Amino acid sequence: MADKKKPVLQETVEHIESILSTSQKCEPKSSWDCVLLSRQSGRPGAKAFITMICDQFMELHGDRTYGDDPAMIGGIGMVGGRAVTFIGNRKGANFRENVSCNYGMSNPEGYRKALRLAKQAEKFGRPVVCFIDTPGAYPGLGSEERGIGEAIAQNLKVFSTLRTPVLCFIIGEGGSGGALGIGIGDKLYMLENAVYSVITPEGFASILLRDPSKAQEAAEAMKMTSRHLKEFGVIHDIIEEKSPEETAQLIKETIIRDLDNLCSKPPEHLVRYRLKKIRGIGEVSGGKEWWQPLLEVFTKTKSFR
Amino acid sequence: MSNEVLKRCPQCQKDVQVGEHKICPYCNFHFPLTVAERLALFADEGSFKEMSSGMQSMNPISLAGYEEKLKENQKKSSLSDAATIGRCTVEGKPVVVGIMSFAFMGGSMGSVVGEKITQAMIEGALNGDPVVIFTASGGARMQEGIFSLMQMAKTASAAALLEETCTPLFLVLTNPTTGGVTASFAMLGDVILAEPGAIIGFAGPRVIEGTIGEKLPEGFQRSEFQLKKGFIDSIVERKKLRETLSFLIETHTRRA
Repeated sequence: MADKKKPVLQETVEHIESILSTSQKCEPKSSWDCVLLSRQSGRPGAKAFITMICDQFMELHGDRTYGDDPAMIGGIGMVGGRAVTFIGNRKGANFRENVSCNYGMSNPEGYRKALRLAKQAEKFGRPVVCFIDTPGAYPGLGSEERGIGEAIAQNLKVFSTLRTPVLCFIIGEGGSGGALGIGIGDKLYMLENAVYSVITPEGFASILLRDPSKAQEAAEAMKMTSRHLKEFGVIHDIIEEKSPEETAQLIKETIIRDLDNLCSKPPEHLVRYRLKKIRGIGEVSGGKEWWQPLLEVFTKTKSFR
Repeated sequence: MSNEVLKRCPQCQKDVQVGEHKICPYCNFHFPLTVAERLALFADEGSFKEMSSGMQSMNPISLAGYEEKLKENQKKSSLSDAATIGRCTVEGKPVVVGIMSFAFMGGSMGSVVGEKITQAMIEGALNGDPVVIFTASGGARMQEGIFSLMQMAKTASAAALLEETCTPLFLVLTNPTTGGVTASFAMLGDVILAEPGAIIGFAGPRVIEGTIGEKLPEGFQRSEFQLKKGFIDSIVERKKLRETLSFLIETHTRRA
């Protein structure tokens, strides 16, 4: 165990080093270990994976309304001979980039850029791949003034009915609404050590446990690891983490396999399946059967009856 | 409606007679309303028929203390959870209505709230009846973990179904409307109304102050601010609610 007098940062670094070495032995990690690993600097981000996966990639900028958000990367790449639109949170690979990317916390223009590129993909029949890695949407003054809530809300609505395949990969931190804003698709995967939650463990600890130092305890209680979310049926599968290149290769194989399957399906079929999946999430008692009414509504829609 | 009672206004700290519409006569603070008080503002008397009244929360992530918390809130508020849905008429016109209650765990959205709001929207889409939702929420219900986050996806995708079936969705944002509710169905109305002075935003004021390290400007995130910034259509006083909704329902009905 770490010496209590050591500074917190040094203790954390040593802890991460120790779990990295135990991970070679495939020992199950605690939720808090996953939280630390998912945030670790040097972990490959969206840009690194895009570069490793694509034969060719062109970044596209701007939301056409206000500006370009460096915390959200977007563009078109070629994967196994197929054009794919990529969207991802960007934290930056070093301190300078972390600052310019606002540590992966997007302002509304980031979500609006993602929306623009998703609609563009739909228009030209390109599938969409999203890489999620953010502590959350940016809770700042300008972000609120320009409607961060509205921007995320629009993405949820549009992505849920986008008439093209959408694959989502949580590659690091899946932080709340900011993650969900580019996290609705036909398939949702998580890297082994990624986390996905409604609030950070620190936030949960300070609000519900009334003690910010209990983040570790909160992380366990929140059930935010890939293992938990697979059990809950929220994600489709877990992608094993190896070296960055090997992990990228596993992601690439998943993308090619899924797109070979999904791109052959009629778009209205995809949308109906996606909507059914979303409709079914939640646990209540005394609820009524929702399947039939949903199918009936589908017959009344314009574009996916 | 309710008789005049003396209450301490949480905004100006004065003891006030809140009157029929529960509004502070000094600072215009709009006190929270019960579901019955809210309905009385716009629904035709006796027209409300509740849907899915028996729905209750489970404990999807098996969080210690959550079940007790639910029971405590049920007892305190006489509500089963933070949303009530049903059908009613407004000046004779049928609508599906959803009302959130801040009194129940801060109006937080867990599986029950998400399911009820979604059900209300599906009901509207099936019959072509306008859907009216009154929000009051601190955001997602953390006690339900990832399931609460997914309710944002669920309610927003139900709003997409309303769009696809050309069914009108009207929102009335009341104090406060923040977090996951703002970032999902609350911002997806064809027309978005708000009560005067309501806090409306994504991050709560304290979180933003913590981020920027300074006090927020006066009036930040209030309805009047959101109107100026272009995120809501109109601020509606309680006494005008019935005629406003009636006008909107009338003007959003397709005629052959």
